[in-house]
Amino acid sequence: MKKFLTSTVAVSALALMLGMTSARAEHVVDPNAKPGGAITITYKDDVATLDPAIGYDWQNWSMIKTLFDGLMDYEPGTTNLRPDLAESYEIAPDGKTFTFKLRQGVKFHNGREMTADDVKYSLDRVTNPKTQSPGAGFFGSIKGHEDVTAGKAESLAGVTVIDPYTIKFELTRPDATFLHVMAINFSHVVPKEEVEKYGADFGKHPVGTGAFKFAEWTLGQRVVFERNPDYWHKGLPHLDKVTFEIGQEPIVALLRLQKGEIDVLGDVIPPAKFQEVMADPEQKARVVEGGQLHTGYITMNTTMAPFDNVKVRQAVNMAVNKDRIVQLINNRGVPANQPLPPSMPGYDKEFKGYPYDVAKAKALLAEAGHPDGFDTQLFAMNTDPNPRIAQAIQQDLAAVGIKASIQSLAQANVIAAGGDKAGAPMIWSGGMAWIADFPDPSNFYGPILSCAGAVPGGWNWSWYCNKDLDAKAAEADSIVDPAKSAERARMWSAIYGKIMEDAPWVPVFNEQRFTMKSPRMGGADNLYVDPVHIPINYDNVYVTDVQ
Amino acid sequence: MIAYLGRRVIQSVLILLGVSLITFALLYLLPADPVRQIAGRSATPETVENIRRQLGLDQPFFIQYWHYLISLLSGDLGRSYIQRSEVTELIVSRLPASLLLMVGAILCELAIGLTMGLLAAVRRGTATDQTLMVASFVGVSAPQFVVGLLLLYVFAVQLGWFPIGGYGTWRHLVLPSLTMGILGAGWYARMMRSSMIDVLRQDYMRTARAKGLARGAIIFRHALPNAILPVIAMIGIDIGIFMGGIVVVESVFGWPGIGQLAWQAIQRVDIPIIMGVTLVSAFAIVLGNLLADTVAPFIDPRIKLR
Repeated sequence: MKKFLTSTVAVSALALMLGMTSARAEHVVDPNAKPGGAITITYKDDVATLDPAIGYDWQNWSMIKTLFDGLMDYEPGTTNLRPDLAESYEIAPDGKTFTFKLRQGVKFHNGREMTADDVKYSLDRVTNPKTQSPGAGFFGSIKGHEDVTAGKAESLAGVTVIDPYTIKFELTRPDATFLHVMAINFSHVVPKEEVEKYGADFGKHPVGTGAFKFAEWTLGQRVVFERNPDYWHKGLPHLDKVTFEIGQEPIVALLRLQKGEIDVLGDVIPPAKFQEVMADPEQKARVVEGGQLHTGYITMNTTMAPFDNVKVRQAVNMAVNKDRIVQLINNRGVPANQPLPPSMPGYDKEFKGYPYDVAKAKALLAEAGHPDGFDTQLFAMNTDPNPRIAQAIQQDLAAVGIKASIQSLAQANVIAAGGDKAGAPMIWSGGMAWIADFPDPSNFYGPILSCAGAVPGGWNWSWYCNKDLDAKAAEADSIVDPAKSAERARMWSAIYGKIMEDAPWVPVFNEQRFTMKSPRMGGADNLYVDPVHIPINYDNVYVTDVQ
Repeated sequence: MIAYLGRRVIQSVLILLGVSLITFALLYLLPADPVRQIAGRSATPETVENIRRQLGLDQPFFIQYWHYLISLLSGDLGRSYIQRSEVTELIVSRLPASLLLMVGAILCELAIGLTMGLLAAVRRGTATDQTLMVASFVGVSAPQFVVGLLLLYVFAVQLGWFPIGGYGTWRHLVLPSLTMGILGAGWYARMMRSSMIDVLRQDYMRTARAKGLARGAIIFRHALPNAILPVIAMIGIDIGIFMGGIVVVESVFGWPGIGQLAWQAIQRVDIPIIMGVTLVSAFAIVLGNLLADTVAPFIDPRIKLR
């Protein structure tokens, strides 16, 4: 039987040439990094939980990643997959069986060795409805998933422990995103005995295999992580201690950073101070800018007149002045012309999208039978800057004759309206959607542009459903061979190109992340705007002032 | 006295029940579906319904409310939807910080307010009086968010006398107490002034002056103790104002109290925490009022309990 034995994508291609055998490449450690030192990071909100099965916000996401590990991870600062707790993996040619060889000698923070049973336990736990995990749905392709989520089985039938260091996954369909799913926090490995000891409070007493171990949590004040001296990855982490100070208003945190009391602003730079910071060369030098896996867009309900007419949707695409909207948000983003953000595989650099062209938009509206425009509604979330952005869109639409009244509502109301087929003609997605869960082009299709997402309570707010594209998407996702990932990305580019012809959205901008740090922080810039370890890759950063 | 207290306690319990019912109903009517929030955006409809059943949120309103009340009687405020911790534990861990801030704020407002009120009453009609009254007006009307940031900027960032927010030492306590105290000080200055003027008008004051007592003795030994009593009795009622203020002040200063907890919970629609903090605040306010009313006749014999 032909099998792929792979570690990284590049190594896998090599492996194929060498007859499917390969040792994994060791991860590289920054030679300039000095060990030791402690840093302080501030956050406004209390940390919700550090349980990898539960945590699902951008604050605890990277904290959990540093305490726990999964079978897979990404090269620091990039979206390139690589094995982590797994040493290597094999994918059967039909793309439905994944077998992982685990790294030996990896220890949990309680001293016990991690084995394949722990991997299985962790996945059974996350999919068990009693855990109430927001991530249970990511494991839908594993055999037996339905029985577990329905409460009919306690264990996933498709996950088999072959020996303490080998685990096999059987899927119901070929799933090219499966390696990403094995890198997502929800699949991170937890020790059963600790979960059972703390029960529902495991999230406050996390025990993993990660670079840092949990040291202290003073509710409402601080969370402290300390270096895991037994971390399997030699040379990491660099820091001895990371302290998260909680409950700090971003504006106060900025003042403290300017005085050198803290090292990293966990929240965004306060909008009111953004221009001041960027105008000061000394402060600007400490701001790292990076892309995010985010696109902000306007949805048009393709089942509602007049947006059921593709010409109307194309006209709206040409009517919106994206550059002006980017200026409105202090240039904290880049104009978008397609659903995928630039840092996502499958993003088409050559694609030009719809130009901003008022005359052509008017002509298209006239062709569609609306020479004088029409009345409609634009829903938007009611927190800054979204109402301002909605107003800018409203003015742009007015210039081509479309009179849109703004419905500025609480987040939950807008999401509810979008999930109702007759709920909202147009929605500005800001503050709600969409940031990818993992760096794969399919994550921008399934929930928000596919027929499966166009259901009551779903996230496909344009109710766009193209069966042809659904079939093409399924075809692309059945290409599981990492060596063919470029081909797969091209297929996804074509899918998004076709979507833009149908124009159910106006892609408006891709948000950029700006992380501000103290002068003593060292490490490559991309560690501070890591697309996966959002916002900071704590394992790899270091301080320059240790002896 | 006992009958009065009994009546008041029953009234208080009814008020708390009313507060719990109204808050529960308001949160129940919120468009945000807590189950969808817990289940996340990738959840299947079955998972959503499963969680709804587990949390008992598929039950009719009054059954849900009844279950909440029953747990409440045993001191169980439920588990947070977002943090997944016991709400009671979250509140108990943060109460000391809020109580400390309250003590600091009361000290500030009494020290500033009573001094201002006393001075204004004694210098009644002069420029001092007018300046103090304008200042008290500003104190009452200035938004606490602005006052807090201003104090932080001047005394912590520029002068460096106090830390920039946070919790731990007495130096951390000064600025947030002052921010809270400035609002109350305005009220106390006004009350103290009118109370003092009232007392100074009394016949026995004239008698004291006629006897040739020194001005200081008249004010501090005879007028002040009488004028201050009705003002002190207000502290119990103050608690309501505090509970509103701590939400803002704790957020500005990163003070780990229940106000900050409430503010974060509101932003994340974490209903059990909102419910718990509201009930604890309502309890504090009702208790404060009860104490104020019960103590009042001991301080001022003119008040009778009926």
